[in-house]
Amino acid sequence: MAMAWIWTAMIAFSVIFGLLSGNIDAVGASALDGAAAAVTLCIAICGATMLWSGIMEIMRQAGLAQKLSKSFRPVLNKLFPQTRENEDAMEALSANVSANLLGLGNAATPLGIRAASEMAKMTKRKTASDDLCMLVILNSASIQLIPATVAAVRASAGASAPFDILPAVWITSVTSLVAGITVSKLLRRFSKRGDRD
Amino acid sequence: MLYSLIVPLIICAVAVFALHKRVDVFAALTTGAKDGLNVIIRILPPLVALLTAVYMLRASGALSALENLLTPVLVRLGIPPETATLIFIRPFSGSGALAVGSEIINTYGADSHIGRVTAVMLGSTETTFYIIAVYFGAVGIKKTRHAIPSALSADLVGFIVASITVRLFF
Repeated sequence: MAMAWIWTAMIAFSVIFGLLSGNIDAVGASALDGAAAAVTLCIAICGATMLWSGIMEIMRQAGLAQKLSKSFRPVLNKLFPQTRENEDAMEALSANVSANLLGLGNAATPLGIRAASEMAKMTKRKTASDDLCMLVILNSASIQLIPATVAAVRASAGASAPFDILPAVWITSVTSLVAGITVSKLLRRFSKRGDRD
Repeated sequence: MLYSLIVPLIICAVAVFALHKRVDVFAALTTGAKDGLNVIIRILPPLVALLTAVYMLRASGALSALENLLTPVLVRLGIPPETATLIFIRPFSGSGALAVGSEIINTYGADSHIGRVTAVMLGSTETTFYIIAVYFGAVGIKKTRHAIPSALSADLVGFIVASITVRLFF
């Protein structure tokens, strides 16, 4: 329902603002332009998106995802101390992380939810455990190796080298993830009391 | 030169490695491509809805008003004020962010500073509230404790660092 509110607010706001600023004619004309632009954008990025999805599928079938999963286990064991002993949860979790890295969003979410329900089973509460919060933070930080959609948008806008933003994206992603983890480690001390319900 | 090598090199390396592992590379490629097509088909309807709203907002002058309002804060953080709308919508809607982001990239140019910062922001942040809703909703968690503030701080740091890294690299 959240999107219903946001979208209606956007439309209502632009009508009211358009009336007040005298731009209402332009508002009317631009509505259909926006709808058409959505189709143009999708067509522009369709080919590149399909190609990269294909490459990622090859990587997955070649077992690259499992290899990535294995290499992340030591780090994940440190980040998820309460779950470390639960083999099912850790397996789903590392598969979730490697699917995210390869940009396989469709595969990542069910794996992440499997890990989350294992974690929720361990606490049997309606309050999120530290590990469950960490899982959400990990998934809400984008950690994909190749941001294919963004590169496709850049390519369609005439970028000379659509992938030249890769190092900047990697550094930014890692920094923001580290910031998220740090803030959660600081905050969990203060929200300890909420642990019991 | 280096970056024009990345794409063909990745594709070639992946194909050779997978063939070595006895993967039917071509079938895998087309299977994955079909998934990609499904993704595009899935995002088109919300994209139509959201780009309509974004175009209307821009034409009404509301977006530039929002930009003006946020400019003092964003400039202090080193973030280009033109990205204000993107920062606003990013945690709520993935297709909304794609809609706004591609608009900014097309308006200012893919190789401009603003265009690059926008692309890095898009590529290094996620739809935080959606992720929180999906995960906590799926396992029936009511009290989310520090998850939301931590995830949002990660986004904020991402927005700031995006501007810094683009300045460093380009």
